[in-house]
Amino acid sequence: MKILIRQGLVVDPTQDINRQCDLLLEEGRVAAIDSKIELSPDQKAEVVEARGWVVTPGLIDMHVHLREPGREDKETVESGARAAAAGGFTSVMCMPNTDPVIDNESVVRHVIEQGRRAGSANVHPAGAITKGQAGQELAEIGEMARAGIVAISDDGYPVMNSQVMRRAMEYARLFGLPVLDHCEDKHLSAGGCMNESSASTRLGLNGMAGVAEEIHIARDIMLSRLTGCHAHICHISTAEALQHVRRGKEDGIAVTTEVCPHHFTLADADIENYDTNYKMSPPLRTPRDVEAMLEGLRDGSIDCIATDHAPHTSLEKDTTFEEAAFGIIGLETSLPLCVEHLLRKEVVSLPRLVQLMSVNPARILGLERGTLKKGSVADVTVFDAERQVTVDSNAFKSKSRNTPYQGWVLHGLPVLTIVSGRIVHDAR
Amino acid sequence: MKLSRKHVLGIAELSLQDIELILKTARSFREITERPLKKVPTLRGRSVIGLFYEPSTRTRSSFELAAKRLSADAVNISASTSSVSKGETLIDTGLTLQAMRPDVVIVRHPVAGSVHLLARRCRDIRFVNAGDGMHEHPTQALLDAMTIIDNKDKLEGLRVVIVGDIRHSRVARSNALLLSKCGAQVAVCGPPTLIPLDFHQYQVDVEHDMGKALQGADVVMMLRTQRERQHEVFYPSTKEYFNLYGLNSKKMEAAKPDAIVMHPGPINRGIEIDPAMADGPHSVILEQVTNGLAVRMAVLYLLAGSGEGLGI
Ligand SMILES: [Zn+2]
Repeated sequence: MKILIRQGLVVDPTQDINRQCDLLLEEGRVAAIDSKIELSPDQKAEVVEARGWVVTPGLIDMHVHLREPGREDKETVESGARAAAAGGFTSVMCMPNTDPVIDNESVVRHVIEQGRRAGSANVHPAGAITKGQAGQELAEIGEMARAGIVAISDDGYPVMNSQVMRRAMEYARLFGLPVLDHCEDKHLSAGGCMNESSASTRLGLNGMAGVAEEIHIARDIMLSRLTGCHAHICHISTAEALQHVRRGKEDGIAVTTEVCPHHFTLADADIENYDTNYKMSPPLRTPRDVEAMLEGLRDGSIDCIATDHAPHTSLEKDTTFEEAAFGIIGLETSLPLCVEHLLRKEVVSLPRLVQLMSVNPARILGLERGTLKKGSVADVTVFDAERQVTVDSNAFKSKSRNTPYQGWVLHGLPVLTIVSGRIVHDAR
Repeated sequence: MKLSRKHVLGIAELSLQDIELILKTARSFREITERPLKKVPTLRGRSVIGLFYEPSTRTRSSFELAAKRLSADAVNISASTSSVSKGETLIDTGLTLQAMRPDVVIVRHPVAGSVHLLARRCRDIRFVNAGDGMHEHPTQALLDAMTIIDNKDKLEGLRVVIVGDIRHSRVARSNALLLSKCGAQVAVCGPPTLIPLDFHQYQVDVEHDMGKALQGADVVMMLRTQRERQHEVFYPSTKEYFNLYGLNSKKMEAAKPDAIVMHPGPINRGIEIDPAMADGPHSVILEQVTNGLAVRMAVLYLLAGSGEGLGI
């Protein structure tokens, strides 16, 4: 089957393309990209009239939680992959904090198999750094690499022991895997449920100081310098943390970072009436930190945008702020939030946005994606940047509803999501 | 006159008019409690439930007595006897209570915002916050204001110093909000470990030297050291704490000669306050208790009353 996407605004930074043209997909690959592609009468193809829409390499969310195995009531690989497709993502990387933890070959194979069966977005698991994410012994990283993991991470459970982290980095180099770290000094953040700030004082809630994140990031960058391992800082959230990354990059250290849409669209000052949909980790920071995140996106010191999609049942959110679970879902709001708050406010250009949401995540994880070069896998996202959408979590494909964006009016509708030349989401 | 709010959840939400109305109403109720027959029929047929997730003999009996003196039917539920131990959630408990059609529910809970959650989910009930975690304890601040005005005739321009564990104190937050709203000049004092970030937002001074803080004070408000919340990392020992932040007659010399000493109780004698200060001529601690009853009667009346006079 062929798909001819006609006259969309094709944006592919890997080929310096940013113009209206045709894109032909054939047998799961990109067959041609040209100003005008004529099909001979005997060639059968589905024609997509894409005038006014943006056509990009498939978007990649390199930080999601799919809860399978163990908490299929919150999300499954299948529902998560459908949510991804509905949000315009062709690939996601899922974190290993499942039950059981993705810390061995068989769980890795299980998740990959579930992803293959789901058939919507590509699902790439990350393996745990340590057995059971307990922070003590290294997991069987080599065997998991053979089974198909694309990174290692103990996300949710920061590796507090610096020696263990050093060994993990040294060892991960052997397999060319990046180490993705949730940076949080657990002693400094103990007992906290939001950012430590004037807002936490006002609400009478225990805070998590930004410095808990910054110290851990500084350590990881130092260990990256020592080991030569690629350290990727998950969900960065403070101005000072970003300064550490900037300095690391200037020093030529292999460090990259990602930011979540909620950390550049919301601040701790927005937490009203103890709404638990505003509880996440790292927490919403100050308006000054939000400004710093936007600046990091603008100047390129932030490499990509990831959602930290963290589904929870209402049971875990319908309680007091202190007791509620950390995390919000993000797959189905990410693109509109980026269009509204980055593109339309001219924080970033369209090619830069594609870099942040597709090209760079593919590079960091070593995926052969994030490009529309002839012959590459036909993972394509088509979206309408002009279309107004009202966030309605009841219509989400995700099993969970924990979002602070309910009712927000944004621009940017994912119109078509194409994975390996097959349409997996169609909102035309 | 009516309150502008449906609930009394915190000083932050109350207007200056609300505060004045509560204090004015409380004064007329205090007159009642000074009569031989202390009961009025004002809230006859109304029901008031106290929901206490934290032990609190004082606040609990103060609210209960307040309700009874207004002839309301008063019931107290404590967490140990309620179905909380059976895993019932806070919201379930609220909805169950709501089905019994109470007029006012008073909530004391160790978690900040818990009463706000109840107010959001149980829309037929009027709630009074009797202390939520480290957040607010509005009736305490109101009774403190009443006590200060009784002794000093006003709040405006007075120097009020709040000393102790500011970080964990809902009393400090509610008082800082109320007193600065009413024009008092408020300072808080304690070790840096016990002062939360940006406490300046309440228009108060932050001082770590108790001698300096007490200079020229009209009111010295001592807080209870909440040992159960501290795990010993905020100061090295109670001995050192008392030396630096405990109130004794020597430190009190810095305050104005007619300064009053307050404490929300219960007192840890010898840890935050010298017994001689707690029982001495400066102390208005027992007046606070009396005023607490009057303020709580006023709050219950203003939330549950028909607005047809006080029935006095
Ligand atoms: Zn994380």
